[in-house]
Amino acid sequence: MSGLVVEMAAKALKLNIPLSVQLDLTYRCNERCIHCYLDHDDHGEMTTAEIKDLLDQMADAGVFYLTISGGEILMRRDFFEILEHARLRTFCVKLKTNGVLIREKEAKRLRELGVETVQISIYSHRAEVHDAITKMPGSFRQSIEAARFLRQEGLPVTLANVLMTENSTDYLSVKALAAELDARYFIDPTITPMMDGNRSILNLNVDQAALQGVFRDGALVGNVEEFCAPPPSVDEDALDMLPCSAGHTACYVSPYGDVYPCVQFPLPSGNVRQTKFIDIWRDSPQLKEVRSITLRDMPTCSQCTHGATCTRCPGLAYLEGNMRGPSIQDCQKSYARTGIPSENFKAKNSTAKPLQSPQLVQIQGLQPATRDFSTMETESRAAAV
Amino acid sequence: MTTVQYVSRSKAIAARALGDETMVMSATNSTLFTLDEVASAIWKAADGMTPLNEIVANKVCTQYEISPEAALKDAEALVKRLAEHGILLLSDQPFAGMSDARKESA
Repeated sequence: MSGLVVEMAAKALKLNIPLSVQLDLTYRCNERCIHCYLDHDDHGEMTTAEIKDLLDQMADAGVFYLTISGGEILMRRDFFEILEHARLRTFCVKLKTNGVLIREKEAKRLRELGVETVQISIYSHRAEVHDAITKMPGSFRQSIEAARFLRQEGLPVTLANVLMTENSTDYLSVKALAAELDARYFIDPTITPMMDGNRSILNLNVDQAALQGVFRDGALVGNVEEFCAPPPSVDEDALDMLPCSAGHTACYVSPYGDVYPCVQFPLPSGNVRQTKFIDIWRDSPQLKEVRSITLRDMPTCSQCTHGATCTRCPGLAYLEGNMRGPSIQDCQKSYARTGIPSENFKAKNSTAKPLQSPQLVQIQGLQPATRDFSTMETESRAAAV
Repeated sequence: MTTVQYVSRSKAIAARALGDETMVMSATNSTLFTLDEVASAIWKAADGMTPLNEIVANKVCTQYEISPEAALKDAEALVKRLAEHGILLLSDQPFAGMSDARKESA
């Protein structure tokens, strides 16, 4: 991040302003990706009017970066009407899409509306591998065509490459494909549990050896020696660090109006159909609790040698049963990167206990009497490399 | 005699107030700018219809201890720089047919 962006983020934190929001317009999708953490049904999405009103509320609350995602955003027939309104309210808009429904006409419209960047999911340079992951024949061709249409319009494009067992050897070729398209490249080596708590898709995660290969690949991480260096000791300053921007300067809103700290941190914190966005942001007990947590408050992680440099995701920790606890997936990343086991790993080796999963995790609007809570980061922090 | 200037926020930007400052990003090249308190006041008032000297008189000189001449000189330099980055439009005529986007303040 540039110095100015860091400075603005620090100011937003000080002023308690939600600088970044990810808004999912729908969980419906034209693809059926094998690793997807969402269901694909419509449980009562916000209407066009509700979303426009929410955008007005978010603009008034100070939201600057707006990531519009899904599901597939173009499955909403009112997508361009919503986007027009977002740009009218001068958000800096980033789109996440599979690109299948973006042809020349849509690419031109996106450019006219001044979208900042479009992120397209590409799983492999091989059509058969990509299409097997999306379960949609022809999707690779359509997604790549979309990237070309967008680039022809001069729009910045990022190819997002989620790494899993099915495509673990393809990432360098996807990176090369991004270079050919004059697009940015983004790799995400983490498959996360489904939002309903189902962990069955976690078996798609690449193994330690593959993860180590990614982290020690100079073409991806630059200076391998520096990237994989043993962590510095955890000092007093590190103990006061905040885990990430989730709930601090960022949050997530689902298609049903549920507010979470992050798309990866499904702790229900309020619903904009019942409470104004700014009131949820300022007063939600769940967001307040998330904001109160520093490394010092984490019993295991505060004792861990990786404490100051770990990419620990509080949302993944929450999904593993304790938002103040470690996240096994991030422990694995720290180990793959440095070869040094985390405190959590050491403890698990001495007393093997089964993982606990929380029972909550909702995907529909909150009922006032059943609020039970926990937080996010607009730019999913899963991208550890 | 100084030419009357009209200033209008570009549609090709993202912008938001952050405390007493304003963040502005150019949608054409993603360059991020921050405007200080005085520049933010001029930015917010840049509706394409109000002359710059009037904006300076009403939004700057009433709030800060500065002579109208000095304030206008500084403001002219500021809007010129912002126009060079494409985030503000300048004209010696009012901007006709202002869209809602231009009327929208950050």
